[in-house]
Amino acid sequence: MMRAHKLLLAIAGLMLSGSAVAAGHPLPYEYRADTSNLASMQRGARDFMAYCSGCHSMKYLRYNRIGADLQIPEDLLKSNLMFTSAKVGDQIHSAMPADASKAWFGQTPPDLTLETRARGQSWVYSYLRTFYVDGTRPMGVNNLVLPGASMPHVLWELQGWQVKEEAPEGAAEHEGEHHGVPLKLVQPGSLSPDEYEKFVGDIVNFMSYAAEPGKSVRMGVGPKAMVYLLLLLVLCYLLKKEFWRDIKH
Amino acid sequence: MAIVPNPYKTTGFLGWIDDRFPLTKLYRDHLSEYYAPKNFNFWYYFGSLALLVLVNQLISGIILAMHYKPSSAEAFGSVEYIMRDVPWGNVIRYMHSTGASAFFIVVYLHMYRGLIYGSYKKPRELIWVFGCLIFLVLMAEGFCGYVLPWGQMSYWGAQVIISLFGTIPFIGPDIVVWVQGDYIPSDATLNRLFSLHIVALPFVLVGLVVAHLIALHEVGSNNPDGVEIKKHKDPVTHIPLDGIGFHPYYTVKDLVGVAVFLIIFVGVICFAPDGGGYLLEKPNFQEANPMVTPEHITPAWYFGSFYAMLRATPSMFASALPGVIVMFGAVLILFLLPWLDRNPVKSIRYKGNLTKLLTLIFAIDFVMLNYLGMQPTSPTYTLMSRIGTVYYFGFFFSLLFIHNFETSKPVPERVTG
Repeated sequence: MMRAHKLLLAIAGLMLSGSAVAAGHPLPYEYRADTSNLASMQRGARDFMAYCSGCHSMKYLRYNRIGADLQIPEDLLKSNLMFTSAKVGDQIHSAMPADASKAWFGQTPPDLTLETRARGQSWVYSYLRTFYVDGTRPMGVNNLVLPGASMPHVLWELQGWQVKEEAPEGAAEHEGEHHGVPLKLVQPGSLSPDEYEKFVGDIVNFMSYAAEPGKSVRMGVGPKAMVYLLLLLVLCYLLKKEFWRDIKH
Repeated sequence: MAIVPNPYKTTGFLGWIDDRFPLTKLYRDHLSEYYAPKNFNFWYYFGSLALLVLVNQLISGIILAMHYKPSSAEAFGSVEYIMRDVPWGNVIRYMHSTGASAFFIVVYLHMYRGLIYGSYKKPRELIWVFGCLIFLVLMAEGFCGYVLPWGQMSYWGAQVIISLFGTIPFIGPDIVVWVQGDYIPSDATLNRLFSLHIVALPFVLVGLVVAHLIALHEVGSNNPDGVEIKKHKDPVTHIPLDGIGFHPYYTVKDLVGVAVFLIIFVGVICFAPDGGGYLLEKPNFQEANPMVTPEHITPAWYFGSFYAMLRATPSMFASALPGVIVMFGAVLILFLLPWLDRNPVKSIRYKGNLTKLLTLIFAIDFVMLNYLGMQPTSPTYTLMSRIGTVYYFGFFFSLLFIHNFETSKPVPERVTG
């Protein structure tokens, strides 16, 4: 009996160490989305629709689902988030024709509904913060986490322009995350670096919500289900004990 | 022996049924008067749990199939439709995806139980063989289901697995085209895997589970002591002295196991349905794209050990055929276990220390291979996989003779504890 439990623990331990290894390449910035911050997700929704949705669709999410989940009334939804002729029950499609965008950018901008689940929240967060000037690229910019990205730096007005610094050999390897990122702001944008950081955080919070709108419900049901199942366990155990009283060992 | 209708002489409505259908007989033969040894331990929960997970997969699968569209253009979107627009669809989908992993966990533990207590030995060889067939069908079922969401990992996983058929000499490439119904995995492939996943394989699976249970109830359950409880029966009632009715004793005991299992299972569904990228892989949140290969193709975690053995085997004549043979051999050798193990002692409790040690290492070896199968290759990992593969097969062959080099403990006449 004891041995069985030890073995299971060992297996669980191996699985956990496996997931740590599988996390892979370190990203310039770590970010954990906060999908309980309603105001942040509302701002993120507004900013996503203003800056991202011109090219990127979010085709598995409906406008009125955002309204219902993020408590945005329909009139505000229509005036602040909906810039196409779509109806509130429609899914979020990009206004840009796929063929044209492929010709312009070399590839059709991907749908972003599931981006934070496919690449991770920290990845999206880092991507939006690490564009830098690179004259060799068609759009004049490159990106630290997606080298050779075909997207222009859409948020340059807010962030300003960064350039990549060639770090001296071996230096700054083990310093804090901000110091380890080899980018320097050379022309400030309309937002301060702190404000821009929060701006990107809002967008990632919203995108994380959009990747799984049902998450808050399942997380909310979880503790109740656990309480119910623990009660069930107690009842089953007492039932078993009662029946097994007549079995002699 | 002629069939006697209603041998228990029931009356009333039940009697009317029993005159026409052996309801009371079935209930007594398989539940209330199926006598199981009274000393089942922790390891004996996983059989009933496997049945529970099977029912979970069938029911959640039926509901998923009501909303899922098996076409390459619509499959990915229909899964997101289930996740977003179908009421409780996300829970149903997570029940099914988590259930697939849970199925393999409980089945692996169930099989290891059989291994340590010698549950495959005479007269239970056919129970074990049916079980191996169940495992084989389960692997096929798992593979087909994995492809259905039509994400990047679904697609490229399918491509890798189907291409294994291509290693068959001469006819391999034609077989790949025949299996896929196309030159690459495509709409036709998805359609046929859907058909296999929801009709053919579950049908076979349920049939095999029934055969597994019929065979079990014919010869009776083994137990952690590996002694036959039928050898000592009450002279009057003919009930085994160490046997207790499956119902109510093991039905209520298994309910405790079910409750513990559900706490873990529902916990995963509610709090971590992705399982850190192992239950739902990140690349599978991107729609299948034949033009873009993911940087690191891994099979579903539950195939890790077998995938590790495939990769560990060196190619011959520029063909991966040896690896494919080794991988399928790793499953097929399980079928031979009842005839490979020549040790007269059934349970590990009374086997010698050498067998105990080798059996423990076998478990560690299997877990290690599973881990290695999910990692990118490196020279160290390949070496470890090779050693692990040799040990995997070596262990089975060692069972032919290893008992000659150790002293077993005396097996008791009656069950202990």
